[in-house]
Amino acid sequence: MQDITEHLVELVKSTSTDLSPDIEQALATACETEARGSAAQGALKTILENVGMSRGTGRPICQDTGTPIFYVWYPEGQSQRQMREQIIKAVQIATQRAYLRPNAVEALSGKNSGDNTGADFPAIHFDEWENDYLKIGLMLKGGGSENCGCQYSVPSPEFPASRDIKGVRKAVLDAAFKAQGLGCAPGILGVGIGGDRGTSMIKAKEQLFRPLGDSNLDPELDKMEKQLHREINELGIGPMGFGGKNTVLGVKMAQLHRVPASFFVSIAYMCWADRRKIMTIRNGNVTITAP
Amino acid sequence: MATKLTVPISEEQIRALKVGDSVTLSGVIFTGRDAAHKYMIDNFVKGPCPDSEKEMYEILKKGLKGSVIYHCGPVVRKREDGKYEFVAAGPTTSIREEPYQADVIGHFGVRAVIGKGGMRDKTLAGCKQHGAVYLHAIGGAATLIAESVKEVVDVHKLDFGVPEAFWEIRVEDFPCVVTMDAHGNSLHDKVRTQSEKKLQELLAAG
Repeated sequence: MQDITEHLVELVKSTSTDLSPDIEQALATACETEARGSAAQGALKTILENVGMSRGTGRPICQDTGTPIFYVWYPEGQSQRQMREQIIKAVQIATQRAYLRPNAVEALSGKNSGDNTGADFPAIHFDEWENDYLKIGLMLKGGGSENCGCQYSVPSPEFPASRDIKGVRKAVLDAAFKAQGLGCAPGILGVGIGGDRGTSMIKAKEQLFRPLGDSNLDPELDKMEKQLHREINELGIGPMGFGGKNTVLGVKMAQLHRVPASFFVSIAYMCWADRRKIMTIRNGNVTITAP
Repeated sequence: MATKLTVPISEEQIRALKVGDSVTLSGVIFTGRDAAHKYMIDNFVKGPCPDSEKEMYEILKKGLKGSVIYHCGPVVRKREDGKYEFVAAGPTTSIREEPYQADVIGHFGVRAVIGKGGMRDKTLAGCKQHGAVYLHAIGGAATLIAESVKEVVDVHKLDFGVPEAFWEIRVEDFPCVVTMDAHGNSLHDKVRTQSEKKLQELLAAG
């Protein structure tokens, strides 16, 4: 297969340094709605200035370039092993070029590998698809926001909620409250409903790839996404937790089948620096775009 | 109008600050996060200081008095002349240092910590007791903040890894907001209390 290492380095650079227009636009709108001269508006102005500077200088938007999470959709016959090798090589090069901070530390010893590689690091999800071209998504998921993610088993003695959309709403509101400004608000929430503990959280994270302004194809979830977006902002936590009108930029939900005994609600918190890009390679033509 | 603070900062200057004040900070400060705080508590605050760490202890005692700890794990680049420069340097989440922070402030005479997300009761009490403040930087604004880092003076304990090392840096007009002052006030407590009230209303309605 074609060596795509350099293209992957470009994908990392673009993701780390060039915020997608949907997120930037939402931040600009949020900035206009906060009280003039408030700490919340000041935070958003600084954020927007920083976004422009990062794009102009090719420097990371945020120093926590997080866990690089790759999603690879590849045509029949392509070698996963070769793609994995090239992704790892690209991550090492991107780290040398300071598009990424060396972030992979051994769990127990805390020893930093120095090049962003290690056991299951970077994270890579492979999926063979029916199309004849290659599509690779990359998300850079910072640690501060990742720590705000959580999972509810509904109901439990600690969390008496119902196994329906009302219970989901309760879990998401609770998670948004607990996150306060710690995950770099205004963030985006990805929510996975059902599944097992693993698939539920993966589904939650995948929601963060959706364009911010899209609609959910499931009418019930679409309604709840919009309702929760509004209600979480009513909590008044605001940018950076300074207090204000913009606590989240959006909520994105999906459901998956579960066993009768389990009902998980998984919440992935993404910071305002919602760094995700998509690269497609078709007949040798490479494009990198926002989702 | 932002209050200008220059290291070394006096207790009087700190006591004059109130929650909500904008501050620009200049002078030589240290980054320090999870590994650094655990290291300082284990070796210096609890002690006794092992012989191997005495030199580091002297550096920190001299450097931190009247100065500032910045919760930050930067992206750095080594230049051709062998010096480091900060490429991206926003704040990391401070709450992880809650078990350690008050003791580190008291032991070393630190006047401010910079981070994001705020801290809780133990640190707030430590700020009040020792005359220190919590300064909130804008999370994620890493390129912009790196611009105010004018020089990497030195790096200590680089074996902790790039994000976790003590980076001794000279900053100029580093922009922050006071969110926990030396009088027991915390913006974070206020926002948490207000948002909890609203949460209960929403849950009761739904």
